[in-house]
Amino acid sequence: MAVDTKGTEYWRWTESRYTAPGLDWKDAGVISGGVDVGSVSTQAVVMLDGKLYCYSNMRTGSDSPDSANRSMEWALEGTGLTLDKIQATVGTGYGRVNVPFATKAITEIACHARGGNFIYGPTVRTVLDIGGQDCKAIHCDEKGKVSAFLMNDKCAAGTGRGMEVFADLLGVHINDVGELSLQVEKEPPPVSSTCVVFAKSEASGLLRQGWPKEKVLAAYCSAMAHRIVSLLERIGVEKEFAITGGIAKNIGIVKRLSQELGIEPLKTDQDTQTAGAIGAALFARALYLKEMKKK
Amino acid sequence: MITAGIDCGAKNVRAVILKDGAVVGQALLPAGMDAKATAAQAYDQALAAAGLARDAVTCVVATGTGKDEVTFKNDVVTEVGANARGAVHLFPEARTVVDVGAEEGRAIRVDANGKVVDFAINEKCAAGAGAFTEAMARALEVPLEELGPLSLQSTKAIPMNAQCAVFAESEVVSLIHAKTSKPDMARAIHDAISDRITSMVRRVGLEEKIALIGGVAKNVGFVKSLEDDLKSKVLIPEDPQFVGALGAALVAADA
Amino acid sequence: MLANYGYKDGSGDFFITIDTGKCTGCGDCVPACPAGVLAMIEDEFDIEAEHELAAVTAEHAKKIKYSCAPCKPSGYVTADLPCVKACEPGAIAHSW
Repeated sequence: MAVDTKGTEYWRWTESRYTAPGLDWKDAGVISGGVDVGSVSTQAVVMLDGKLYCYSNMRTGSDSPDSANRSMEWALEGTGLTLDKIQATVGTGYGRVNVPFATKAITEIACHARGGNFIYGPTVRTVLDIGGQDCKAIHCDEKGKVSAFLMNDKCAAGTGRGMEVFADLLGVHINDVGELSLQVEKEPPPVSSTCVVFAKSEASGLLRQGWPKEKVLAAYCSAMAHRIVSLLERIGVEKEFAITGGIAKNIGIVKRLSQELGIEPLKTDQDTQTAGAIGAALFARALYLKEMKKK
Repeated sequence: MITAGIDCGAKNVRAVILKDGAVVGQALLPAGMDAKATAAQAYDQALAAAGLARDAVTCVVATGTGKDEVTFKNDVVTEVGANARGAVHLFPEARTVVDVGAEEGRAIRVDANGKVVDFAINEKCAAGAGAFTEAMARALEVPLEELGPLSLQSTKAIPMNAQCAVFAESEVVSLIHAKTSKPDMARAIHDAISDRITSMVRRVGLEEKIALIGGVAKNVGFVKSLEDDLKSKVLIPEDPQFVGALGAALVAADA
Repeated sequence: MLANYGYKDGSGDFFITIDTGKCTGCGDCVPACPAGVLAMIEDEFDIEAEHELAAVTAEHAKKIKYSCAPCKPSGYVTADLPCVKACEPGAIAHSW
């Protein structure tokens, strides 16, 4: 567990890139790209005929067009594939209008539903996506088409940033917060403040009272899970239920969510943060094929 | 008759000693960990300033989020009631009272007697209160007291997209990266919170004169943004943080 | 599709729901709103879409409580809201 008092950035989660083994872009029919520029993270995905080929997942800089370029560059690194060979790209996310090489921008809601459907399969009907600065609850059909959605991007409570604030406060690395929050014998009462700023003051008070880090984390994760559930209940949770975005990697939240909902979310080995970009790449392919049919 | 008002806020505890309608002693202490103890301390400090002992006081009324922590109280009054009473006492012409504290923002419409006609509270959200300016001052690396004067040097209005103190902090970081001037950012911060407070005021209906109370009233930058948004001047007392406690002491005298 | 625009924060839940199945893309709701909360957008959810959809602008979604406040004095009735009245198919609903 990484705990350091020398100004370590506890919120700095691991950036990554990936190339699928056994695929060659030279054999592909349609090469499509998807870039999800979020307020906290950016992902670039390339698909070959709708199959995942390569991707990157990195922190969004303060400059959107640059984030899009850098993330795509990194995704393509080592593949020999160049941007000009990608036939269509769709941009999504908060910075979607700032993907200079995208042919179209599509709302992240639609992209997350499509991406969730790709990652978890056609049985998914409810996708919960918690990004860096937002929380989305999406209902979709077996093809990943949206039938209802609700998005909250106004308030930090229940978002990745809220979790980052706590990781920083407690000096616990963001990768470890989930596990640590489960190391309590008995689940403490949740923090009473719904606002992250006030919850942070409350947590400082609890620490001064002698609460160990894991107990404070458990109290915060509990409050965060309650909040997410109350948002989800606005549109209801229909099985199968799946989680995308960074928070799916936080076992402390995932476990508490499934306990409160009484529903186990579907599991995956794939990087849940890429769902939006995957959906975008699938849309890019669909739009390209539609264009080709017209000609 | 001597009465006392104790206002236990989220950030500070204030005590006011009132003798025959005039303030003879007051004290302000940071609430800290133990609100019970701080309330007692503030009370004793205010009494000392007035040169009085506890038994000289006929009635103590408590208000504020921590009013139940005041063990020596005789009664309680709501924050809205206390603010209304205190503001109209100081400004008899006030018909709208705007209170911006550390964790809560309130807009109250009152009648000539200081009685509450309607009110709106923005609570449990840091973006609608002083906690917002505090967080932003930290993000800008400017002492809180300097944020106001700094913003008055602004030459350009910049809109803030974030409606949350945590997201606004990230936005400030991006703006700093884009080489935005500190005065312009400070002004953007005040404009943002003023926008929210003004919407709240409009919800209860704006009636002149408008009194502004609470700690954030001491921020000249916020006052300017608010006056621009309300299109009206606001009346600010000499001690904007004591109006709640004053109101509570007045309520104690009414009883 | 039910599109919910708005937010939840410490002070409550505030959402405007647009039923895109009922929305005909007529655009009457846009000028009806005195605060400019609504706009017509391209239907990005359905690549076969035929018409635009009404939506809450990104600028207002995050402060919808404040934007809608002038139309919601004490004792108001949702059916009397200008946006709701302007929508003939009844595609617009308010959660508060």
